[in-house]
Amino acid sequence: MATSAEAVPFIKLATPPLDERSKYLRKLVVRALEGGERGHIGSSMSLIEIMRVLYDDVLQYRPAEPGWRDRDRMILSKGHGCIALYVMLADKGFFPLDTLDTFCRRDSILGGHPEAGKVPGVEASTGALGHGLSIGLGMALGVRMQKRDSRVIVVLGDGEIDEGSIWEAAMCAGKHRLSNLTAVIDYNKVQSAGSTREIQDLEPLVDKWRAFNFATVEVDGHDVEALRAVFRRLPLAQDRPTAVICHTVKGKGIGFAENDANWHHKSKINKDLVAKLYGALE
Amino acid sequence: MRQTCLNMIYDLAKRDERVVFVGSDLSPGLLADMKRDMPERWYMEGITEQNLIGMSAGLAKEGYIPYSNTIATFITRRCYEQVAVDLCLHDLPVRLIANGGGLVYAPLGPTHLAIEDIAIMRALPNMTVTAVCDAKEMVRLMNATLDWPHPIYIRLAKGGDPVVSRDELGFAIGKAIPMRRARSRHAAVLMSTGVMTTNSLAAAELLAKDGIDMSVVHFHTVKPLDEAAVLDFARDSELVVTVEEGIRIGGLGSAITDVIVEHLGTAAPPVKRLGLPDEFPHNYGLQDDLFDIYGLMPAQIAASVRGALKNKVAAGVAAVNTSVAARA
Repeated sequence: MATSAEAVPFIKLATPPLDERSKYLRKLVVRALEGGERGHIGSSMSLIEIMRVLYDDVLQYRPAEPGWRDRDRMILSKGHGCIALYVMLADKGFFPLDTLDTFCRRDSILGGHPEAGKVPGVEASTGALGHGLSIGLGMALGVRMQKRDSRVIVVLGDGEIDEGSIWEAAMCAGKHRLSNLTAVIDYNKVQSAGSTREIQDLEPLVDKWRAFNFATVEVDGHDVEALRAVFRRLPLAQDRPTAVICHTVKGKGIGFAENDANWHHKSKINKDLVAKLYGALE
Repeated sequence: MRQTCLNMIYDLAKRDERVVFVGSDLSPGLLADMKRDMPERWYMEGITEQNLIGMSAGLAKEGYIPYSNTIATFITRRCYEQVAVDLCLHDLPVRLIANGGGLVYAPLGPTHLAIEDIAIMRALPNMTVTAVCDAKEMVRLMNATLDWPHPIYIRLAKGGDPVVSRDELGFAIGKAIPMRRARSRHAAVLMSTGVMTTNSLAAAELLAKDGIDMSVVHFHTVKPLDEAAVLDFARDSELVVTVEEGIRIGGLGSAITDVIVEHLGTAAPPVKRLGLPDEFPHNYGLQDDLFDIYGLMPAQIAASVRGALKNKVAAGVAAVNTSVAARA
């Protein structure tokens, strides 16, 4: 737990307790983990409220017509958090809920990283980090050239934005004043090897995104009302892209796993651990 | 060839509104007419190759056909993962225009020499790999790119290259072109790509003066490889010599050898692969200087063919002698 103490959030979060929907979605994450006997636990749990608010309240989409031309595009650039996305897509009917049980199985459509063209509703194949923002800005440019209203949301991990390619993309998006592009950063402050402060300090993160010409706000990434308030205002500026820095907790909702890099990913998930995970959500 | 390629992008853009240009940090005034006439489809994004590829992928996902251009080493080495994941895994119709393929940038040294571009691009699933031999053929290739549904790597030569391609021989991506046909099916054959076809044709001329009649088959598309053409010319040939402006590991010669070995087995003809050894070039000078160092000038190619034919005869004599000795 050495990383736990170092991973104390930089701003004080006064997150309301998880409501039933947030707990339900987390239980679906556990269902997929049980199916695959593995998965990125911490990285998925920190994303739940971000995904929930995007799919419940913000994005325009048609589950029966995933390629609908006027949909909003959501790219999960931190592809390792894909269970959180799979859960939302299943919940919305892009594919049946019981598909979650096949996670990482030989013939499943749901792999350990999401694949476009295989999973309905997945816009881009991600998993190699640092790709989503460039793809997203290309899509945002394309949409803008066609004078359509679709928005492009790219969800990034904090460890992911160590990648130089993210900052190439940020510079480019700022230059093109892509107001239809939003970068959402899941800032749980713990990457695979330890705390972001220790491994590759991102601070001052707000200043960085502002310096790259993004209209930037911070929000509690587990406060559903606060997230709704921010996402419903998108774009935050008419002449720039937006960055929403979501302060989150790695492993959120699983008390014994929170803020602990050791729970970034787990393999060999057995029935006992599954029971413990469900128990933590009661 | 480079200017022709760029002109063709503008020409295609006039014909098809899906065409966009995405460059890095290229010459001032590059495609100025396109920038003037269709600024919304002309992008110059700076020295950000990884972003350039991802952005091109995003544009392609929205229905565009990006022609993405920078120096060959940078569009291959610098952003290989973006090319693999963003373009090839998604199988998107992005065209990578690679300036200075092979040894073009000889005076600039090994950081600028695209010696393994063909090898690493052809290793990627869904990627099409091309190296045309002159500007006229570039026009044919560019016309064919518009409706090709996969990513394409387009290797550019130095420019001002002699025109050896012929319109009447036709052009289709993935279809090799016999540029010179020997009278006998048993004759040796040169198989080449890019401007090495020009040197191979010149080598064949030199050999003809010595009474050695050869075919020359041009592979403007290294992948998908025209296996039927390889087998058609290799099956009864006494010798296959491959010629390429790049390292031999994984290049055209490797691809051709794979096909010959797999399909012809013990009936395979001897294969000699000409190209660069497993090293970064140590010298500067001009492209021709490096051709000379690596034995890729016409007279050197011809000498290699003569040597290989001689070795083959010697090996044949040795085999006969061994056989006679065994019987005795």
